[in-house]
Amino acid sequence: MSASLAAPAPGGFGRMSLRLVLIGALLLLALLPVLNRLPADSALHVSDFIVSVSGKWITYAILALAIDLAWGYAGILSLGHGAFFALGGYAIGMHLMRLIGPRGVYGHPTLPDFMVFLGYKELPWYWSGFDHFPFAILMAVAVPGLLAGIVGFLAFRSRITGVYLSIITQALTYALMLAFFRNDMGFGGNNGFTDFKELLGMPLNTPSARSTLFYASLLLLLGALWLCGWIARSKLGRVLVAIRDAESRVRFLGYDVTQHKLFVFVLSAMIAGLAGALYVPQVGIINPGEFSPGNSIEAVIWVAVGGRGTLVGALLGAFSVNALKTWLTTVAPDLWLFALGGLFVAVTLFLPRGLIGLFSKAAK
Amino acid sequence: MKHFILVLGVLLWLALPARAQDAFTAALPGLAGGFGDIATSVEQLGTAGDPRALPLLRALQEGKLQKAPDGRILLPQGADLADAATGQPADAAGAETVRLNNRVRQALRGALGRLQLVSPDAAERAAAADAIFRSRSADDVKPLQTAIARESDAGVRARMELALAAAQLVAPDESAKRDAIARLGAAGTVEARALLLEARTANPGLITAIDVSIASIERTLSLRQAAETLFQGLSLGSVLLLAALGLAVTFGVMGVINMAHGEFVMLGAYATFMVQEACRGIPWLAPWSLPLSVPAAFLIAAAAGAALERGLIRHIYGRPLETLLMTFGVGMILQQAVRLAFGAQNREVSSPPWMQGTLMLPGGISVTQNRLWIIVFGIAVLLLVVAAIRFTRFGLEMRAVVQNRRIAATMGIRTGRVDALTFAFGSGIAGMAGVALSQIDNVSPNLGTGYIIDSFMVVVFGGVGSLAGTLVGALTLGVVNKVLEPYAGAVLAKVFVLVAIMLFIQRRPRGLFALKGRAAES
Repeated sequence: MSASLAAPAPGGFGRMSLRLVLIGALLLLALLPVLNRLPADSALHVSDFIVSVSGKWITYAILALAIDLAWGYAGILSLGHGAFFALGGYAIGMHLMRLIGPRGVYGHPTLPDFMVFLGYKELPWYWSGFDHFPFAILMAVAVPGLLAGIVGFLAFRSRITGVYLSIITQALTYALMLAFFRNDMGFGGNNGFTDFKELLGMPLNTPSARSTLFYASLLLLLGALWLCGWIARSKLGRVLVAIRDAESRVRFLGYDVTQHKLFVFVLSAMIAGLAGALYVPQVGIINPGEFSPGNSIEAVIWVAVGGRGTLVGALLGAFSVNALKTWLTTVAPDLWLFALGGLFVAVTLFLPRGLIGLFSKAAK
Repeated sequence: MKHFILVLGVLLWLALPARAQDAFTAALPGLAGGFGDIATSVEQLGTAGDPRALPLLRALQEGKLQKAPDGRILLPQGADLADAATGQPADAAGAETVRLNNRVRQALRGALGRLQLVSPDAAERAAAADAIFRSRSADDVKPLQTAIARESDAGVRARMELALAAAQLVAPDESAKRDAIARLGAAGTVEARALLLEARTANPGLITAIDVSIASIERTLSLRQAAETLFQGLSLGSVLLLAALGLAVTFGVMGVINMAHGEFVMLGAYATFMVQEACRGIPWLAPWSLPLSVPAAFLIAAAAGAALERGLIRHIYGRPLETLLMTFGVGMILQQAVRLAFGAQNREVSSPPWMQGTLMLPGGISVTQNRLWIIVFGIAVLLLVVAAIRFTRFGLEMRAVVQNRRIAATMGIRTGRVDALTFAFGSGIAGMAGVALSQIDNVSPNLGTGYIIDSFMVVVFGGVGSLAGTLVGALTLGVVNKVLEPYAGAVLAKVFVLVAIMLFIQRRPRGLFALKGRAAES
């Protein structure tokens, strides 16, 4: 096992300075929608694009946080977290589809357009309840949690660890992608859901909706950061780190390794599901492509770039890699995959502790 | 006595065409008459067996046969007309087309069929048998029996026998009918079943015999279906085997998880494409480009593998999760590099002529040649790998390093070199898998991604580090996939297999063929 990665030493690259940088960055982020409201000729004006993109990135950062909790602390490298993210997105997407009501292209009072198109006569049973927002949010958390619970139970019980678990989770998201591509699943096939109109009574794609979703995502990010940080500092967190570094030893010391791992895996999946639920209304579309194994592994590399086992690193990685992606895909689209592949190689070879590790080294 | 028979034979041989020619000329005038006369003449021409009758009847069928005002029949010859009886060029003035009605057309079909039955071309004889099978009448029994008696081609004879049975079913002879029903039952084809179902209503007295035959046909058909499914499963399995064999070496034996494995398969497929393009200009070499690309693909993928191992992987041995991420990145770079170099669209690798077509196995089981070759290739590669590990110096060193690296090093084995060679070996096998895949899948930059997850499933299912497990795992997964497909569809079959493997790992966490003893400790 990778014993080289202890939790970041207290002190060192001062906890204080790290915290200060973090708070500063988050405050700056929180200002974005406010600056967006300034008149367009103002020097401080921020474009709609930047607000919506940062809103999207915040949900990515939450996903990265979820992965870091499982991978950085408990050593569970899931290559299928994108599936939990997408499931959360599909849950809220179903709610958004129900809210379209008779305003669809076909004007059917209850059925979404794709169902009319595919010849459905009535809503499938698993669509019931999704017209209520609380139910949809509950499902965005519960479905990923349940799936993670089943997979985790089966995997951890038979002590499937390391790369085996990674491959199984990757197979899981691959299988889900194939399944969601099917029209007869009742989830819109390869087109997924789109053309959303409103959420909680507010029309989407307006400045106020954008900033509301932005602040909701930011709140969730802070909440998740606080929760993960609290877990990491608790006794539970220490046991998780011990499991990561020497699973058998922890088991022989009398801890129930399976339950610890299962808890953290399910929690992580739930956070990822919520992130997906906030992601979909902001980008306005969800389709089976979100399940593709490439997405999950890309999210893992955010964490690796930032520095795993640090939580803050996950945020840093998610923002910096996505900033690089947005910039590079506009400047030189052909180069992006080289850059991403190069990141995988460079981080594993030269930066095992990510950007955070680099900063703390520089601080010393 | 001998001489007498010879002379008699020669006489007969001389006499037969003479008589036939008489019949041919005698039948001609009827063609100028009314529809009834035409039909009679056509039937006469069909039974006469004269070689000139075939082009004549064909012309009639195509509406090109002309009749002169004086009753001579004129046959188009190139742009001109010729007298059908003499073959001399004739004047087209006043000629009009011989017209057809349904009765004549029916007579024509039968007559043409009977004439073609004696054609020297086997394909034409087979087509004639099929035509008779479709239009069957009691008159066909005799010509068919004659034709069957002298037919030399087994495939054509089988089709003639089917046509004969069909004709006998509509003939009045009761015992011949029973005989035909039994033979149709033994033939065991879909056509035979359709024929029997049709005869069932027409022959109330023979229902029991017919039902027995139909049941027998259905047994044969379902057996054949099962055999074909099995074959498809085996061929899918050997594709998986090829893709997973390399993994069994790098992941199973070395313990290095290589997510770029699928990209090595893709490199092999592109190597095949390049060899094909290089051979295109040399006609005698072009059909053999595929065998040539096997070593080329092996070498290219092996070189890429050796570079990856020496350049990157060896620095992070013992850190499997990092290796996984890094090799995934390498795979991404390879994919994008190939996409930029060759374009994102599919490249076509054509099958050499000796691999095309369908092969009929005994029992009417049809298998496509290229799938068959892939099975053969997969088994050959497996045997080669086993032989290389068992019997070569390199294999010995490889096993030594895997079992105990330090002691192997003490014995003078250069472990670093063995690592690089082993990894190159596994990658080279992936390249050879690419050659096989180029025959059944599109050669595109993301060719490998579709197979990598399945290959890992094979290795995990079969047991890490066991070649026998890889073989059994691959074939099982292939067959299970193909058996499930008709019931659940291809996608759900795949999902089901994934779920089944996860449940299977519950029972046997170390796979089907788990290593036992010290080697199992990791």
